[in-house]
Amino acid sequence: MRKESVPEEKLDLSVNLGGIMMKNPVAVASGTFGYGREYEDFVNIADIGAVIVKGTTLEPRYGNPAPRIVETPAGMLNAIGLENPGVEVFINEHLPYLCDRGVTVIANIAGNTIDEYARIASILEGKKGIAGIELNISCPNVKEGGLQFGVDPDMVYQVVKAVKAETSIAVMPKLSPNVSDIVAIARAAEAGGADALSMINTLMGMAVDVEKRKPVLGNIFGGLSGPAIKPVALRMIYQVYQAVKLPILGGGGILNCTDALEFILVGATAVSVGTGNFVNPSIARDLVEDIEKYLSAHGLKSLEELRGAATLTDVGSQTQGE
Amino acid sequence: MPALENGLVLRHIQVSRDMYELEFIAPGIAQECRPGQFIHIRSALENNPLLRRPLSLYDVDKKLGSITLLYKLVGKGTNLLSRIRPKEYVDAMGPLGRGFSLLAPRKTALLVGGGVGIAPLVYLARVLQCQGCNVKVIHGVENRLELVALPRLRQIGVEFVPATIDGSAGFKGLVTDLVVKKVSPHEIDFIYCCGPEPMMAKVSGFARKNNIAAEISLEEYMACGVGACLGCARKMKSSDDEYKKICKDGPVFSIDEVELLRNKKNDR
Repeated sequence: MRKESVPEEKLDLSVNLGGIMMKNPVAVASGTFGYGREYEDFVNIADIGAVIVKGTTLEPRYGNPAPRIVETPAGMLNAIGLENPGVEVFINEHLPYLCDRGVTVIANIAGNTIDEYARIASILEGKKGIAGIELNISCPNVKEGGLQFGVDPDMVYQVVKAVKAETSIAVMPKLSPNVSDIVAIARAAEAGGADALSMINTLMGMAVDVEKRKPVLGNIFGGLSGPAIKPVALRMIYQVYQAVKLPILGGGGILNCTDALEFILVGATAVSVGTGNFVNPSIARDLVEDIEKYLSAHGLKSLEELRGAATLTDVGSQTQGE
Repeated sequence: MPALENGLVLRHIQVSRDMYELEFIAPGIAQECRPGQFIHIRSALENNPLLRRPLSLYDVDKKLGSITLLYKLVGKGTNLLSRIRPKEYVDAMGPLGRGFSLLAPRKTALLVGGGVGIAPLVYLARVLQCQGCNVKVIHGVENRLELVALPRLRQIGVEFVPATIDGSAGFKGLVTDLVVKKVSPHEIDFIYCCGPEPMMAKVSGFARKNNIAAEISLEEYMACGVGACLGCARKMKSSDDEYKKICKDGPVFSIDEVELLRNKKNDR
């Protein structure tokens, strides 16, 4: 008997990340993918779940002195210093291009004051082609003596609230891991009206040049990313998933499908790849294919069946561990 | 268009104490290559080292579809790379960056390389020679055992003068002294230079003094290689506010664009 070829049912991997509609659950992280077009030769950028573009400030910024990056074990440090041409150039020169190509764009905004965040948000409001706004809250708050917005629950609450008041676009603060209580920060973001959470930003670190006897980075400190931070990211998402209702975009060192699934299992709705883009410029597409294969191989219809599954295990009281 | 390719390794040989030549088949990339561009190579499939390594095009055979890279062992990445054997694959991304501008036929080009900085100049020499330029190559090394490009340059058929610190071949002394003392500037239409920055600064000074146009190739820590991460930023002049990206705006720059650092510490 002739074997009938049954066309395999295409899995629907689309996700709704707090109002940000993604074709698939893999985004590329801000600062690692430019404005998308830099990677166009290597991957169809419209196929990516969401392209979170380079962080935008109100005015152009030149960025930090070189060297700005250094490789570290299973990771890298960066201190780019938010080099960017400012929000007007983003809207006029980059956004239309991405919009024409059908790219799902998430803007990433950064400010030195709450008012600056609010102003950028109001400028973005109503602009065609922005699916969401990610808030970089790892910036120093100039008015509060340079303390980062993201380390203080009250400041997180205020900045999210101020941005929400200016825009109807979904707002997703990107939480800094450099805090003692990530749950308190997540709750503050939720109370401020956030639609989703992005987790995690880089961990503050440094590297030293023993020949020059000084820090490697021009900025001394930089943000650690890559596989080295994955366990920290997973732990924080695990905690936050159980404490707040917001969908989470999870990332930190994702290099392959197993990594991505770990994030889904601790509660992430979607994942973001950052440093992994430097290793494999088509990683976002490859991850989606591999996730599909995993689901098919395990007879699963959607990621929904996996989401948060690892948080259901009763492990008794969770301690800080040794 | 640059591409990602898994290149089948044809040849991988140690050519000096700490330098290797790696030839692999990557037809898609090879067709696109221009002298001065680089290939971003992943040296390990594991996480350490994580990032790709930018390596200059040393030679390209477009008919065969092969790319040859010359690299020096400097750390973990190049060490792991050196273990890849023929018939294995290298994960290559490229060609990336802005290459050298090509001199018009019948003009005379002087190519000055320092150490492993000879790498991008060999493919340049081939292309310039092929299009009918007069090509003179000067290579400065510690001793004659490091004159790794000699057979290839002979095969290309360009004029070649070595400078060795120990005097074991050619001019005895620094390559920059050879340039300043022995080169007749009126015979040269264009200078291309790649090597340690203080050496390139000296060669640039010679070019400027004699009103010869020149291009140099810069290095910097790199992550993405395509202008996305803004990691390999550098101010072209100390008075500039803005930064250029070595990977995308370079690695080749005209000496009029960039202020080179004369001191060895290379601080910026």
